[in-house]
Amino acid sequence: MSVRVVVPGQLRGYTRGRPEVQAEGATVDAVLWDLDRQFPGFRFRVIDEQDRVRRHILLFVGEERREDLHSPVPDGAALQLVGALSGG
Amino acid sequence: MPLQLYLSTRKGVWIATASSDRKSWHLRGPSFLGTQCHHTVLDPRDRRTLLCASRQWHLGPTVFRSEDNGETWKEAERPPRFPKGDARERAVDHVFWLTPSNAGEPGVWYAGTSPKGLFRSDDGGRTWDPVAGFNDHPEQHNWVGSDKDQTPDGGKLHSILVDPADASRLYLAMSGGGIFESRDRGGAWKPLNLGVAMDFAPPKDDGSEYLYGHDPHCVVQHPARTDRFWQQNHCGIYRLDRPGERWERVGRNMPKDIGDVGFGIVVHPRDPDTAWVLPMDGTENWPRTAPGGRPALYVTRDGGQSWRRLDQGFPREQAWWTVKRQALCADACDPVGLYLGNTNGEVWMSDDEGDSFRCLFRHLPQVYAVTVGEPQ
Repeated sequence: MSVRVVVPGQLRGYTRGRPEVQAEGATVDAVLWDLDRQFPGFRFRVIDEQDRVRRHILLFVGEERREDLHSPVPDGAALQLVGALSGG
Repeated sequence: MPLQLYLSTRKGVWIATASSDRKSWHLRGPSFLGTQCHHTVLDPRDRRTLLCASRQWHLGPTVFRSEDNGETWKEAERPPRFPKGDARERAVDHVFWLTPSNAGEPGVWYAGTSPKGLFRSDDGGRTWDPVAGFNDHPEQHNWVGSDKDQTPDGGKLHSILVDPADASRLYLAMSGGGIFESRDRGGAWKPLNLGVAMDFAPPKDDGSEYLYGHDPHCVVQHPARTDRFWQQNHCGIYRLDRPGERWERVGRNMPKDIGDVGFGIVVHPRDPDTAWVLPMDGTENWPRTAPGGRPALYVTRDGGQSWRRLDQGFPREQAWWTVKRQALCADACDPVGLYLGNTNGEVWMSDDEGDSFRCLFRHLPQVYAVTVGEPQ
């Protein structure tokens, strides 16, 4: 299942500058692992070693925010990663 | 190549290269603009591998490495991380400290993290593994303390020291938690804090000393006289000569109106009796700025029995700096060069062992760490 992934600026160093990429997977977790396969190191910058979404990262499937990595990603849906308000 | 300074800041890394006489400096960068960089260290063994501990505001922690003097960087294939399923559900928030092992262990590095964890790489920083002997020690949760025993942006494991003559002898420090020692390359650990004050804890009912829970800010081992240690602690300046186990508060010999609170401490590369500190205001609500707004280093030339003020070249008033624990360092030249970076984004140096200082750079982001190296 192919998923369109919207990549925030903070992670485009991994996607060679591309704001959108394609990945495979039926769940958020599967898509993130496929992204890590394509772009080594990607997943750990987004998900910590205990499988928690990092504090300032938001994940959306379509327009629904998801924290559970087992959330399904329907065929044709987009997974959008957002760098939430942070920094200063 | 001539000396270089590796300037890790709140928003990236800059590298400064000195002329052969250290009179002029060329600044280049940034690398990792917009990224918090806690420590950048050149491997003194190959003088080629440069590691940088980095986190971006949104993204998780990692380590980058460069083999071309910081022109290009490649991320570690497996950055420091706790095991999945860790019983305490620990996850690395940031890598705070990097230490190369000694000359007998080329390619071996250690990293200290927040929350407090110790990690080791055997391949020049490409992959990292937890040091289970420390991270999973049954007493470790007591050593590291609670959320109230942490620095404001998370507890720190820092000042990882590898004995220059024996790589199985390791030391580390935690804010808070204290100093610990291993004699078997990280398998077993014991506290090394006798004699160190803990003003932030009540006296024990039985009158005994706390064995751990202290707040060392920076600990150094003399590179030549390896039995001598110095520490700048939250509660004073101390010296320890092994095999002794009791620290001596040599900071009591500092002027009373300055006190002996600070973050960093640095030793002379050849003279074990010489050390420099940069006092900060630890009175009342702990502003952690230069006392009175007048920055100065203090030097001892007699093992801490006396201290002399060094402030030539620094602002005479209204300079409310803080210099963080990793942002004070020395080179190995003769005379020794001293370097510091401050929270105002300035980098200062002395090329005469502290008799005079001059500002090399201004307007950088807040400086987290300054290290010095001599690349190939």
